[in-house]
Amino acid sequence: MFLNQFLIFAALLFCIGVYGVLTRKNGVLVLMSIELILNSVNINLVAFGAFNADADGAANLGGTVFALFVIAVAAAEVGVGLAIILLIYRNRRSIDVAEANLLKG
Amino acid sequence: MQLALILAEELTSTDAKVINLFFALVAGTALIAALKMVTTDNVVHAALYLLVVLAAVAAVYVILGAEFVAATQVMVYLGAVMVLLLFGVMLTRAKIGSETDLNHDQRWIGGLVATSLFAVMAYSLWEGFGSDKLPANLAPQPTAAVSDEIFSTYIIPFEALSVLLLAALIGAVVVARRD
Repeated sequence: MFLNQFLIFAALLFCIGVYGVLTRKNGVLVLMSIELILNSVNINLVAFGAFNADADGAANLGGTVFALFVIAVAAAEVGVGLAIILLIYRNRRSIDVAEANLLKG
Repeated sequence: MQLALILAEELTSTDAKVINLFFALVAGTALIAALKMVTTDNVVHAALYLLVVLAAVAAVYVILGAEFVAATQVMVYLGAVMVLLLFGVMLTRAKIGSETDLNHDQRWIGGLVATSLFAVMAYSLWEGFGSDKLPANLAPQPTAAVSDEIFSTYIIPFEALSVLLLAALIGAVVVARRD
């Protein structure tokens, strides 16, 4: 297995996620695209952990541990993000992120 | 060329062939589902496509030997986060069927940014890790070793993460509360 096949797969997922964040107007869809981006980063962490394995084939566990941390932080992020989106929906009857422009000069 | 030799060896060894075939299948599924997710005009379908992508990523973790991460991915993402996202869809606009007006008008700018980002990343990855291979004797990671690592080397980040989760929980309740 090449290292690059995982890294390029992750890069493709990352770019699809970036495209989703930039083009979607629905707040929930933007959150979903952010999940895609976080997942692609996790693939990189785990792949580099496997790449830096020692002579016996035991992977470097730093990558694994950081991937677990990213999963936990992403869960927290989704909780808070959805709470914010619900609040925007309650106040403005719309979750169109283009309409949330009260701070625009 | 060196790379061609490695590639030829990669394609002839049976073990590597099976793993690579599996990886190609999983990665193809994930990429198609991800593309559908960012282009579909039905919010619920987008959530279900995201489910497919997350499951495929869990399979990639298994290929890399990170079984505990794969299990966590299934429990946290496919279980908890998906339910949360579907709740978000239902609580904001419970519309069944396709919707118009989900995308910005200038979509080509987003496409341009994503494509050029990928071009830069693919070029630098190719330059940096051209023919580097994962160790052939890569062993699955025992969960005991992962927990030893978390509770020794990374104990302080772990505790900080616990506080962050608590803060996020309280914050989400406070923000979404109807008062």
